[in-house]
Amino acid sequence: MNADLSATAECPVCGAQIQLAADAVQGELIECSDCGTELEIISVNPPQVKEAPQEEEDWGE
Amino acid sequence: MKIGLLHSLIRKDEKFLIDEFNAVKGLELVMIDDREISFNLGKDKFDYDVVVERSINHSRALHGLKLFDTAGIKTVNTFGVATICGDKLLTSCALAENNVPQPEVRVAFTEESALKTIEEMGYPVVLKPAVGSWGRLLSKINDRDAAEAILEHKAVLGSYHHSIFYIQKYVEKTRIENGERLPGRDIRSFVVGDKCIAAIYRTSPHWITNTARGGKATNCVVTDELNDISVSAAKAVGGGIVAIDVFETEQGLMVNEVNYTMEYKNSIATTGVNIPQKMVEYVLQVAEGRV
Repeated sequence: MNADLSATAECPVCGAQIQLAADAVQGELIECSDCGTELEIISVNPPQVKEAPQEEEDWGE
Repeated sequence: MKIGLLHSLIRKDEKFLIDEFNAVKGLELVMIDDREISFNLGKDKFDYDVVVERSINHSRALHGLKLFDTAGIKTVNTFGVATICGDKLLTSCALAENNVPQPEVRVAFTEESALKTIEEMGYPVVLKPAVGSWGRLLSKINDRDAAEAILEHKAVLGSYHHSIFYIQKYVEKTRIENGERLPGRDIRSFVVGDKCIAAIYRTSPHWITNTARGGKATNCVVTDELNDISVSAAKAVGGGIVAIDVFETEQGLMVNEVNYTMEYKNSIATTGVNIPQKMVEYVLQVAEGRV
């Protein structure tokens, strides 16, 4: 499902309104352009984000 | 054709891959979030032609691959490849069994035997957790004092995994050109199937060169020697889509590690090679039973 470009998500850290890209997908990592917090898109439509999970011990290649 | 993509967070790497899958006509891509899926052993009826593993957690990737395998689903990479690549000790064994050059590696199981082994090898050495990633908890040990301290800390503070002492002879990565000492570098090569499709140099003033730790990526020409050792390493661990960390030494190229959920987002523009597109081509071959 493509993002609703007229709607925005709110950064849970600084409250900035975040416009999702048209090809945004659920689970995608993005950065708040205002405060730089790493966020995870939890819903594309309606747009919702939360702070990205902290790095875990077995993350990475 | 139906492709499952096992994932958790969607990083740039996965995003590029999704875009390439979506560009294939007649292909249905199903996102499988490892935070939501559950398996019902012996009863799962999946209809994927192949599942591509892109989980960020090694533990979920490894066990997810096994569970899909048990359900009769083909996966990229295979559970066997993930098992070997997820453990540096198993990787070194696979490389040794297949005569792929690697730095000297020794293994010991107690503080005392590890210290004796390190003294025999000579300093510096690198102590690595057998299971670990992104350069975490790597210790470069330059002298006996450091060896005693690190070994004691590992034995006292670590889980039992940290008392499998994987000791690698340190390979000097700094280079001297025209009398000038240059920052250290190693090579990250990308293997898809039976070909090394691209490679980068990872350059850093720090002895750990991972790009996740600040290593700078530049293009590295894939020579015959690099292709040969990369493909040999890939085959040694079971093949598929893997990234090889390679050291340049006076004795020639040597394989340091093999990565099974390779990260390539910084390497597409750097190398000019559409790495995710090559990955998709390989996955389609697996799905169609051509490899």
